[in-house]
Amino acid sequence: MTWNNNVEITDVLVKEHGLSDDEYALCLEILGRTPTLTELGIFSVMWSEHCSYKSSKLHLKTLPTKAPWVIHGPGENAGVIDIGDNQAIIFKMESHNHPSYIEPYQGAATGVGGILRDVFTMGARPIANMNALRFGSPDHHKTKHLLSGVVEGIGGYGNCVGVPTVGGETNFHPSYDGNILVNAMTVGLADQDKIFLSAAAGIGNPVIYVGSKTGRDGIHGATMASAEFTEDTEEKRPTVQVGDPFTEKLLIEACLELMSTDMVVAIQDMGAAGLTSSSVEMASGGGVGFDFNLDMVPQREEGMTPYEMMLSESQERMLIVLKPGREDEAKAIFDKWDLDFAVIGKITDTGNLTLTFKGDIVADIPTQPLADNSPEYDRPWVKPQSKAELKNEDVQAPADMKQTLLKMIGSEHLCSRDWIWQQYDMQVMADTIQKPGGDAAVVRIHGTDKAVAISTDCTPRYCYANPIEGGKQAVAETWRNITAVGATPMAITDCLNFGNPERPEIMGQFVGCIEGMREACNILDYPVVSGNVSLYNETNGTGIHPTPAIGGVGLLSDSSKMVTIAPQAEGEVLILVGDTRGHLGASLYLEIIEGREEGAPPPVDLNIEKKNGDYVRAQIDAGNITACHDISDGGLYVSLAEMVIASKMGMKVTVDTGTIPSHAFAFGEDQARYILSVPADKVDLILNTANNADVTTQNIGIISGDELTLNSTTPISVSELLEAHKGWMPDYMSID
Amino acid sequence: MKTAVIVFPASNCDRDMVVALEKITGKKPHIIWHQDEDIPEVDLIALPGGFSFGDYLRCGAMAARSPVTKRVIEHADRGGNVIGVCNGFQVLTETGLLPGALMRNESLKFICKDVKLRVDNNDTPFTNAYAQGQVINIPMAHHDGNYFADDDTLQALEDEGRIAFRYVDDSGDATKSANPNGSRNNIAGIISRRKNILGMMPHPERLIEEAQGGTDGLGFFESMINALN
Amino acid sequence: MKARVHITLKNGVLDPQGKAIKHALSALGFDGVNDVRQGKYIELDLAETDPDKTQSTVEDMCKKLLSNTVIENYSIEIE
Repeated sequence: MTWNNNVEITDVLVKEHGLSDDEYALCLEILGRTPTLTELGIFSVMWSEHCSYKSSKLHLKTLPTKAPWVIHGPGENAGVIDIGDNQAIIFKMESHNHPSYIEPYQGAATGVGGILRDVFTMGARPIANMNALRFGSPDHHKTKHLLSGVVEGIGGYGNCVGVPTVGGETNFHPSYDGNILVNAMTVGLADQDKIFLSAAAGIGNPVIYVGSKTGRDGIHGATMASAEFTEDTEEKRPTVQVGDPFTEKLLIEACLELMSTDMVVAIQDMGAAGLTSSSVEMASGGGVGFDFNLDMVPQREEGMTPYEMMLSESQERMLIVLKPGREDEAKAIFDKWDLDFAVIGKITDTGNLTLTFKGDIVADIPTQPLADNSPEYDRPWVKPQSKAELKNEDVQAPADMKQTLLKMIGSEHLCSRDWIWQQYDMQVMADTIQKPGGDAAVVRIHGTDKAVAISTDCTPRYCYANPIEGGKQAVAETWRNITAVGATPMAITDCLNFGNPERPEIMGQFVGCIEGMREACNILDYPVVSGNVSLYNETNGTGIHPTPAIGGVGLLSDSSKMVTIAPQAEGEVLILVGDTRGHLGASLYLEIIEGREEGAPPPVDLNIEKKNGDYVRAQIDAGNITACHDISDGGLYVSLAEMVIASKMGMKVTVDTGTIPSHAFAFGEDQARYILSVPADKVDLILNTANNADVTTQNIGIISGDELTLNSTTPISVSELLEAHKGWMPDYMSID
Repeated sequence: MKTAVIVFPASNCDRDMVVALEKITGKKPHIIWHQDEDIPEVDLIALPGGFSFGDYLRCGAMAARSPVTKRVIEHADRGGNVIGVCNGFQVLTETGLLPGALMRNESLKFICKDVKLRVDNNDTPFTNAYAQGQVINIPMAHHDGNYFADDDTLQALEDEGRIAFRYVDDSGDATKSANPNGSRNNIAGIISRRKNILGMMPHPERLIEEAQGGTDGLGFFESMINALN
Repeated sequence: MKARVHITLKNGVLDPQGKAIKHALSALGFDGVNDVRQGKYIELDLAETDPDKTQSTVEDMCKKLLSNTVIENYSIEIE
């Protein structure tokens, strides 16, 4: 291929780079001349939806991001919160949806790699990985292949780098048939005085490239993530990046070793849009310029052009600004870990990113306007309407409660995820004290009594039925899950997955979910500290259900007080916390048993949510409770069944359903509820303190025997429940 | 008891092993980087789990040819004690210090779960704190733990009592359904003829405190204290 | 010189990946596949120009690293 950086920039070429007429005009204005091809490429990726958040940032700005314990909120590579003792938790969730649909193993693997780098680039050692996965209908011909590849890719990468994958959620719905969601989250631990940021500083300081060599991987990955799928997308396969977890592991160790010295001024991983976005962010963030000699960039393939080098999304690479004169010392560390190390340039006072290739300047762009003047759109949106309330009279009572419950917990929505989790190393680092399967995963802060609780949640069917309530509920559910293990919820990261923002109804879903999230974050004192937006999750004009996946993090200051969902002993008493109204709209009962997706979702009263949660957490902290489970998908009976499955102990439940039809009481998904298992001698105390705190409680039964007995329902043996729960996924995956 | 833990590029259970050894022996192990030419005088060398060299080519293959591994072999040849857990076991078979090979799990999947192991020989420096035939719970987490040896080797291992741990069901029987990875004769761990080298796939170092879900792994380390102090 | 090394599992060693490939082929309707054995292929570009020396060097490589002779066979082509 002949390389001509000064090719004529035609309208077609501009279009191919995804720039609108206005955007290109702005590009001309910033440069004061026609861009070179390399410059056009740089503008194109920097102003893609993926890198610029141009459709979303107007609304993202409205989310609460501050609290006394927030050290760094959105804008850095990841959010940073204070957990005391000079320690900080650094975390973020990010999507890798489009690449995972095209090549599930590598797409998911590089998604994990990318989010790990976002966290360790700030100086944190990654201590836990989580994920939130959505697949199409199990009947769709691609689902099995995608599920199998994604899970293997997440495991293949996380297991090798030695970071435990401690849980997550997996949903199936036809709206994801053509657009699966792979959202990966990493939680890391750092000392507060050893947190590294990306803003470059120090005129003349050397800029270092470390990690893997640059190849032609993923060129235009960032722009791919910003376009709708069409049927010919599969031809784009060669652009998918391949992950190398071995190199990532070395990179983690080498970077942390480097950061333990005083050599580093700034550091940034090369994620989407690789060298371009990392250098522009570092330079513009510090108000300086970069002079790069691209001939110095370590290259894996021959004949790479500046355009390709700047747009490559080769994985496992970092850009570092060092203090002057420390190059040899730093190089020795990367030599030890057998990683490429190259001084590719230096900091200048021009404010420009100036790229030289074989003696010629091929790009010279002022970084501040490129970053700060990026387009921002107030896309038209229509206020989303909530689906109509569903009346309980319009939902039939099931013929057989026992079979109904077995069918629900044996469905793809509620069945055991062991088939997935067993492919992840959940325990490496030996600090996992609550494995997946409970309400939240809990990982101890190494060498201390503290622990972090992590939960990823979203109920897309609620968001679809009513984006505002759905947005609230997604935030509230992580808060509740973290509370249910005894931890104090601190902050969230969000991964906002939506369809095409250029359609007003999709934009309306986005705005609605943000509104709900904002309200929940405010009332629960639970700010957003990092996040990512993935738009254009549409195929042939059909969008996914709105899916604002939330990753919540909480702190247990004394990890010995943690509880799980498993009752501990016969004779313990079950207490239901919260008001039960039997809300069946948008419930799993309706979907699984009646095949209907109708009705408004359960309303979320955030003040009650907070009151009930604070009460439950205080009781766990006081040691009055032996097990706790929140009530969410599937309602009360499903939650009770899950407690039986976890403990392998039976229950006798007798509950007065009042005027509520028994199936609505059993399977309604009213919010802000928990089930507590309480030693008999603590029951009065629990009921009295609840009464004083104005929290509704109800004694509903006792841990006993080896059957689950629910009012007049035919008793279900523990083994029947276990059998029904575990079977679906292995069976599904074993059929060709 | 003086110990050393070898670290290869992309070992990832090295810290867990160090923590366990320090907890039991009260002394911090020497941490030896794979390019180091020398290992100090120690009573026990541990090869930890992980994905040394990315598990590229074959699990443990490249670590088995690392400079430090020569010193491990010399230590073992002198009768020194060596343990290899998970990737460490794979390295030991690749060096030939232990017979056989560890192949891809029969299901072709990485499997992380707690498994039941039966102590089939408690007369070793690594198992003496357990009762003969005791069934213990230990986590496993591997992709390539399917133990293979040819018939003669297998017979010799059985005849010489060199099978330290076997995968069993709750009642202690080495059934096919209790075999998580397809290992021949349900083998989870073996010892050398001189009983100074042990390799096993499951991770005792992950289960040494109640907070981790149990303490069945403690006996493994306590055995070494009994034998080597 | 170029050396091509094929590494395969020895006869009698269970090959779960081969088994899975066979299963998948039959699911795709490819009948009559009696057995599948999978292996590795490694290409080496060597400075040596003498075929005999190359052969013996590569054999040494196979024994020392490229194959695990407990479970694997190797074959070498030199060009």
